Amino acid sequence: MKSLEELKAIREKAKANMGIREDRENMVRVMVGMATCGIAAGARPVLSAFVNEIANEKLDVIVGQTGCIGICQYEPVVEIFEPDGTKTTYVKMTPERAAKVVHRHLKGGEIVNEYTIGSVNK
Amino acid sequence: MIRSHVLVCGGTGCTSSGCEEIITVLQENLSKMDLAEEVSVVKTGCFGLCALGPIMIVYPEGTFYSMVKPGDIPEIVEEHLLKGRIVTRLVYDETVQGDEVTSLDDTSFYKKQQRVVLRNCGVINPEDIEEYIAYDGYQALGTALTEMTPQEVIQTIKDSGLRGRGGGGFLTGVKWGFAAAQDAEQKYVCCNADEGDPGAFMDRSVLEGDPHVLIEAMAIAGYAIGANMGYVYIRAEYPIAVHRLQIAVNQAREIGFLGDNIFGTGFSFDMELRLGAGAFVCGEETALLTSIEGHRGEPRPRPPFPAVKGLFGMPTVLNNVETYANVPRIILKGADWFASMGTEKSKGTKVFALGGKITNTGLVEVPMGTTLREVVEEIGGGIPGGKKFKAAQTGGPSGGCIPASHLDIPIDYDNLTAIGSMMGSGGLIVMDEDNCMVDIAKFFLDFTVDESCGKCAPCRIGTKRLYEMLDRITKGQGRPGDLERIENLCLYIKENALCGLGQTAPNPVLSTLRYFREEYEAHISQKRCPTAVCKDLLSFTILADTCIGCTVCAKACPTGAISGTLKQPHAIDQEKCVKCGACIEKCRFNAIVKR
Repeated sequence: MKSLEELKAIREKAKANMGIREDRENMVRVMVGMATCGIAAGARPVLSAFVNEIANEKLDVIVGQTGCIGICQYEPVVEIFEPDGTKTTYVKMTPERAAKVVHRHLKGGEIVNEYTIGSVNK
Repeated sequence: MIRSHVLVCGGTGCTSSGCEEIITVLQENLSKMDLAEEVSVVKTGCFGLCALGPIMIVYPEGTFYSMVKPGDIPEIVEEHLLKGRIVTRLVYDETVQGDEVTSLDDTSFYKKQQRVVLRNCGVINPEDIEEYIAYDGYQALGTALTEMTPQEVIQTIKDSGLRGRGGGGFLTGVKWGFAAAQDAEQKYVCCNADEGDPGAFMDRSVLEGDPHVLIEAMAIAGYAIGANMGYVYIRAEYPIAVHRLQIAVNQAREIGFLGDNIFGTGFSFDMELRLGAGAFVCGEETALLTSIEGHRGEPRPRPPFPAVKGLFGMPTVLNNVETYANVPRIILKGADWFASMGTEKSKGTKVFALGGKITNTGLVEVPMGTTLREVVEEIGGGIPGGKKFKAAQTGGPSGGCIPASHLDIPIDYDNLTAIGSMMGSGGLIVMDEDNCMVDIAKFFLDFTVDESCGKCAPCRIGTKRLYEMLDRITKGQGRPGDLERIENLCLYIKENALCGLGQTAPNPVLSTLRYFREEYEAHISQKRCPTAVCKDLLSFTILADTCIGCTVCAKACPTGAISGTLKQPHAIDQEKCVKCGACIEKCRFNAIVKR
């Protein structure tokens, strides 16, 4: 160990791995519906797809699960909560759609309107 | 990508409750459910709430699962880790409000605690140096070596007001100053990790949960006093702590926090472990150093003090694990931060090991000045079974008891000494209305007699005579004048013993005499033990009007002391009765009493 800068580099890298144990209010949360209806409709592969894509893009995001929000016919459902209070509800998700949401919404900052609940009723 | 961390407590307490099996079953189930790439299992140190072990915390939610059994794991993995549904029946009930799971920090156990020494315990994996570094590990060492002079380090510790946490309460900065001022070719930094007090496990938890904090602190001490070598004297009865500390030392050497030219400053420091061999006296500073030198652990007269002439005759700083654990934080956050906690003469926090008759047995850390009542009733959850608090013993075999009349005492070094007890290393044993204080004093003295090294007559002979008198009293053979004889002998031993073991051995006797003299007098003059603990003063009696003659007790009695015909009240022959209590256990009609 030769300098404080060297120590800092190790610290930053290690901290990134341990962020999950912190109490972090201002994080983007991706909540995949994993109730019975969701799982039956195929939410498990959607959860995996989100996890993998987020890892590939190295995004700092919390991925969690949620229960049934009542729109069972539209499962798999994924809700994205942003620190400023915005909530986006994506419906009839698939692993392919998950990848697109990660790139366009999480990385690019642009909501993928065609997958949201709003566009289903049109 | 890892999206969840499951922290499992791997301290000695939870290990003996089976946390290793839990970790294995957890990993099996994660693989089975295809979650091994998303969920990481981390074995940490002690969370503190030992009464509820084995303990598991799931992040990012922060769910606190307690008393986890291997059979619960498949459900937790499938319901919580896969589907996100918290298994509320397994969650620590104080964190569950209706349907919601609240924060651990709001529970009565954790609310009043301030975890400085224990900040990393239960939070990081102690066998991974990078996790220690993530939470500012070794930053204090780097700062001290590259931005401060040794004198500035010592002044910071002095200004913080840190006092020895092993029980002595000597100002740490002043001790370091003495050693730094000595002119010698070789100096040493030593750590007392012997933790011999029965019921104390504060140091053990730090060593098992955050071993690097000790390494960092000892290196800082070495820089401050001009030492390049350190020894940790650690008791062999702590195999997990020894194992983790050795791993930590190896990792520190690998990265370069120990060895030559640390942080490129030209300062070199290394350290080794020395195992104890089961002697309480080796927790006494001079006996400890004598033991490291390879001799039988026996104390030496002081002066000269170890800071002047210590290990191998060289200037040595010897501090307790908990004292060291405060050092890096003080260097990083400053003396003023530390001095803002605690009381005027006792700064900072203190770790206590709660044991005995208390609901939340475990490890707690509170700011100095917290009252005993807060520790026992709020943090400790009170006395189980609705029993009444009788006394709390602090300082182990060297300490004294604190009765109910002093429950509101703010805990600090000077307050406790003023009422006849002492801070000690932090063991806090709670006693209730069913404990016999004479028996308690005898218990502690039995320990000290066994552990006396024998070097000086006052301790070697005095404690033995003291024990014999107490033993006679608990057997109903007390004589008039015993209490005066006991008091005189206690004062004599205190004044003339060579080391702290002997000098403090009479404390439990003196303090129980001070606050519970009437119990001693009952034993001596009435041959009666008021709490029905001392067996020889007890008689077991069958109540003739309650006994229905079912003969179950007679069959249970190992000495055939119970006689009686079926459906007639039975009777116990006192000559044959060995007071084992088997009859009381078996009687379904509460017809047998001991008094």
